[in-house]
Amino acid sequence: MLKFLQMGGYAVYLWPSYALTAAVVALNIYWARRSLHGAQAEARRRLATLKAAS
Amino acid sequence: MAWVWFHRFGSPPHFYRLAGRLTPWFAWPAALLCLAGLIGGLGMAPADYQQGDGFRIVYVHAPAAWLSLMVYVVMAGTAAVGLVWRMNVAYAVAASCAAIGASFTVVALVTGMLWGRPMWGTYWEWDPRLTSELLLLFLYLGYMGLRNSIDDVGRADRASALLAIVGVVNVPIIHYSVIWWNSLHQAPSVMKFGRPTMPASMFVPLLLMLAGFTAYFVALLLTRARGEVLRRERNAHWIAEALGQGPGCKV
Repeated sequence: MLKFLQMGGYAVYLWPSYALTAAVVALNIYWARRSLHGAQAEARRRLATLKAAS
Repeated sequence: MAWVWFHRFGSPPHFYRLAGRLTPWFAWPAALLCLAGLIGGLGMAPADYQQGDGFRIVYVHAPAAWLSLMVYVVMAGTAAVGLVWRMNVAYAVAASCAAIGASFTVVALVTGMLWGRPMWGTYWEWDPRLTSELLLLFLYLGYMGLRNSIDDVGRADRASALLAIVGVVNVPIIHYSVIWWNSLHQAPSVMKFGRPTMPASMFVPLLLMLAGFTAYFVALLLTRARGEVLRRERNAHWIAEALGQGPGCKV
């Protein structure tokens, strides 16, 4: 296990690369979902205004 | 027949529904492909005879670099479709690409620097590949900045589309930079004709990661583009339908 984590002495370059990639992958999922849910909430509000006006 | 498909895809309510239905069909395979690629790349592939275990950075670096280029081509392509056919959905897709592409360009650059330090002895060199990839990041940032600086969505769409289309010139420059110029960066091992320069035990996990990242991007893009389409819509009837509140809608 320790040998795996050491990655033949490249751990200090390799694991930060993987950590950054994982973080950006996760952040993009969060941003995309937040953007869609935000648009849906905004559309619901707009719809309520349109219904009230008609 | 193709045109019917094209026009149906261009209709916002149809796109919104179809994209929503398609998203899980890309998201779950993406997760499985990346998991398999990581197990293969970190656990099963042998160490490289020159680069030892350090070469394993390729399993995140190459997919990120691939996305940085592919996303740009999708962005420029859909922006061009929007410009030619005045298709709002195409513009919405193009606008959804930029932040995804920019973030993976950063990942490609930083993982490349972390790989370069032990292998080349330097984090950064003004080398054709590295410089053209940095230019790609500036193109994404320019696209986003231009959109943000114009209040009118229609004008922002048209102006940013032109920028995206002009910038596409940089894509083949990045790809062929390691062949055209004497670059520090190694030559391509996947995107080339003929046999791969790696054994299957190294190559297959890389292909799985590339496929996984591509499917992941499609799922992200569909999600973002749905939000973007909904934000642009002013027609109450279909907003209600999209939100499942319209007449004759299943709730």
